Amino acid sequence: MTAIGGLGTAVLLAPLVAPLLAGGAAALLGWRRAVAWSAVAASAVILASGVLAAVATADGSVLVAGDLLRADALTAVMLLVIGAVAVIATWSSVGYIDQELAAGHTDARGAGRYGLLVPMFLAAMVLAVLAGNLGVLWASIEATTIVTAFLVGHRGGRKAVEATWKYVIICSVGIALAYLGTVLVYFASQHSGMGSEGSLDWTVLLEHADRLDPGVMRVAFALLVLGFGTKAGLVPMHSWLPDAHSQAPAPVSALMSGVLLSVAVYALLRYRVIAVAALDPGFVRGLLLVAALTSLALAASMLIAQRDYKRLLAYSSIEHMGLVVLGAAVGTRLAVAALLLHILGHGLAKSVLFCGSGQILALEGTTQISGVRGLLARRPVLAGTFALGLAALLGLPPFSLFVSELALARAAADAGLGWAVAVALVLLLVVFVAIASHGAGMLFGRPPALAASPSAAPPPATAPLPTAAAVSAVLTMTPVRPQTMQPVRSAGGVAPLVTGLAVLAALGVVAWPLDQLLRAAALIAGTP
Amino acid sequence: MSDVMFVQILDLVCGGLLLSGVLMLWRRELAAIVRLLVVQGVLLAALAVLLGVREHSVELYLVAVGVLVLKAVVLPGVLHRVLRDSGDVREAEPLVNVTSSLLAAALLTLVAYAVSRPLVALAPSATTRALPVGLAVVFLGFFVLVTRRHALSQVVGFLLLDNGIAATAFLATSGVPLVVELGGSLDLLLLVLVLQVLAARMRLTFGRTDMDELSELRD
Repeated sequence: MTAIGGLGTAVLLAPLVAPLLAGGAAALLGWRRAVAWSAVAASAVILASGVLAAVATADGSVLVAGDLLRADALTAVMLLVIGAVAVIATWSSVGYIDQELAAGHTDARGAGRYGLLVPMFLAAMVLAVLAGNLGVLWASIEATTIVTAFLVGHRGGRKAVEATWKYVIICSVGIALAYLGTVLVYFASQHSGMGSEGSLDWTVLLEHADRLDPGVMRVAFALLVLGFGTKAGLVPMHSWLPDAHSQAPAPVSALMSGVLLSVAVYALLRYRVIAVAALDPGFVRGLLLVAALTSLALAASMLIAQRDYKRLLAYSSIEHMGLVVLGAAVGTRLAVAALLLHILGHGLAKSVLFCGSGQILALEGTTQISGVRGLLARRPVLAGTFALGLAALLGLPPFSLFVSELALARAAADAGLGWAVAVALVLLLVVFVAIASHGAGMLFGRPPALAASPSAAPPPATAPLPTAAAVSAVLTMTPVRPQTMQPVRSAGGVAPLVTGLAVLAALGVVAWPLDQLLRAAALIAGTP
Repeated sequence: MSDVMFVQILDLVCGGLLLSGVLMLWRRELAAIVRLLVVQGVLLAALAVLLGVREHSVELYLVAVGVLVLKAVVLPGVLHRVLRDSGDVREAEPLVNVTSSLLAAALLTLVAYAVSRPLVALAPSATTRALPVGLAVVFLGFFVLVTRRHALSQVVGFLLLDNGIAATAFLATSGVPLVVELGGSLDLLLLVLVLQVLAARMRLTFGRTDMDELSELRD
């Protein structure tokens, strides 16, 4: 640890500083090509730091910088997830914002705000997983609510305002409850005999976990599950999620679904270890099981009759978070390794799908499933990536979600929770049928009759593009290069999605690069 | 300060916190509700000072000044601006009438005492015995959030909830570590500013700042 002290500091600071620089560039210069790519570069820095942290911590060692930042194997996994999803999302953002500008959905100010807020969002999530102090972890998750508020409502209009208001109010209340839980943990730590000062430092708390008062910890853990569960989209505090995810710009939905929810689950994982040591494990397991299974059941029931494909993806996120929390409820080392792999797989698949859905929306001008028909015949590349993304999401081989779901089921069965696996599998079957049939309708189906999209939003693709682009270029003084426009740019737009799918498939076939890291992380967050 | 006097002042301050919360359920006039929020901010700062005197802690005095500025001056100031811009004077039609609200408040206070029994049992002292008051204010905030329809009332409900948590934190642990306190306060300030902008947008797009307008997104 001392030998790599200097490198450790760099690895921990770089993923925080890089997005802040990219955000600063956007604030100073407004939205332009270089700024958009600097956000991609910042995401790549996060990913690279994740890789370096993974190499350094896979043997169980810990990187430390100052009092507040630390990284162990669990942190490294989360950094990898954030970095990988962020690369796909920011890469897609380049084309997405150009397209929004060209279609007149946003202006130079809106684009500049987007360029500032997305990297801040990344920085807040990185800080959350790097924080060694559970109070700082809480504060940075709260900060994500603030920076994403104006991203959710980026498109403006009635629905965006409604979604944003619900998002901010519900998540703030939830996260306030998590704060109360954090305070109670601190209270318990003050009276655990570790000195009158008490502590919110994760390692110190864990050392003294068996001396924390069970009565107080029970109240605290319930509040923490409710609070961070709100942010993770778990029932009963999930109601903001479908609204926010369906209204947010596609790359932001990708980040919220792929990473934000998982960061909240990460907070629960950290607290779970402490709670298991302080309480009877049955209480912890029961609480998480209820949250997991009710979330799965709600998602399955809402997916059946879903009419909007962005909401479909949002409910699927609730379903997958339910699965992940099911893994946390099981809590064995195998379960934790599986749930971490699942988080990574879900993040990649969901970012591919949300970014793809953004392009479908731009193409078709509607988010209604019934408004999109015969996509495969008309846009084979985009539709193909979307189809593969759905296959990955549904847990089909060769994608890594197949491996992680199998491992989750085995871990649960090993832990004597066979009945929970059975319930989950039945619900997953419902989800499978629902998503597959909706997806098949969108991909195959009969192509719509000419311009059969009587929806409120005019299809931007059919607008006289050269004129629109020229007008918006003049109005916003933003250089819009011809090759960024609708008809030609789809190839570039698909590149990040194909990359994501390739990684997902590779992870499913050969998990060896992650094997040791996941084991090390499972040692930290799992119980034997 | 003698022990007896400390306990008396503590009980007075905590009683004031609870009372100002209950009065918010009683009043319909939005300006009056914001004034009650100011009173509550001052009482919270007083609580921090009181604990600072008890523990000879300079840090707590600083926290008290911060609480006073944030919760008794800045946040109510923001709410006043929202109120002035919106032109609304009264909460139109709360879902629950005043009598039932006050009964609910009594019930919620009892629940708060029941829930906090393990917390008091861990370290019985004058301050932890007053801790249920903080939780009761949290519950009252929840109640306001669920039953009031005006955008401003929802923000007030959230702030009431936050005040309750702050009071609980002071009473249980004499405040959280300074870095968390600072992060939390900054988050709270930014959050209320975000909500202010959102309320303005709501007025622009809907013409009203009423939750009943928010009903387009559903399954």
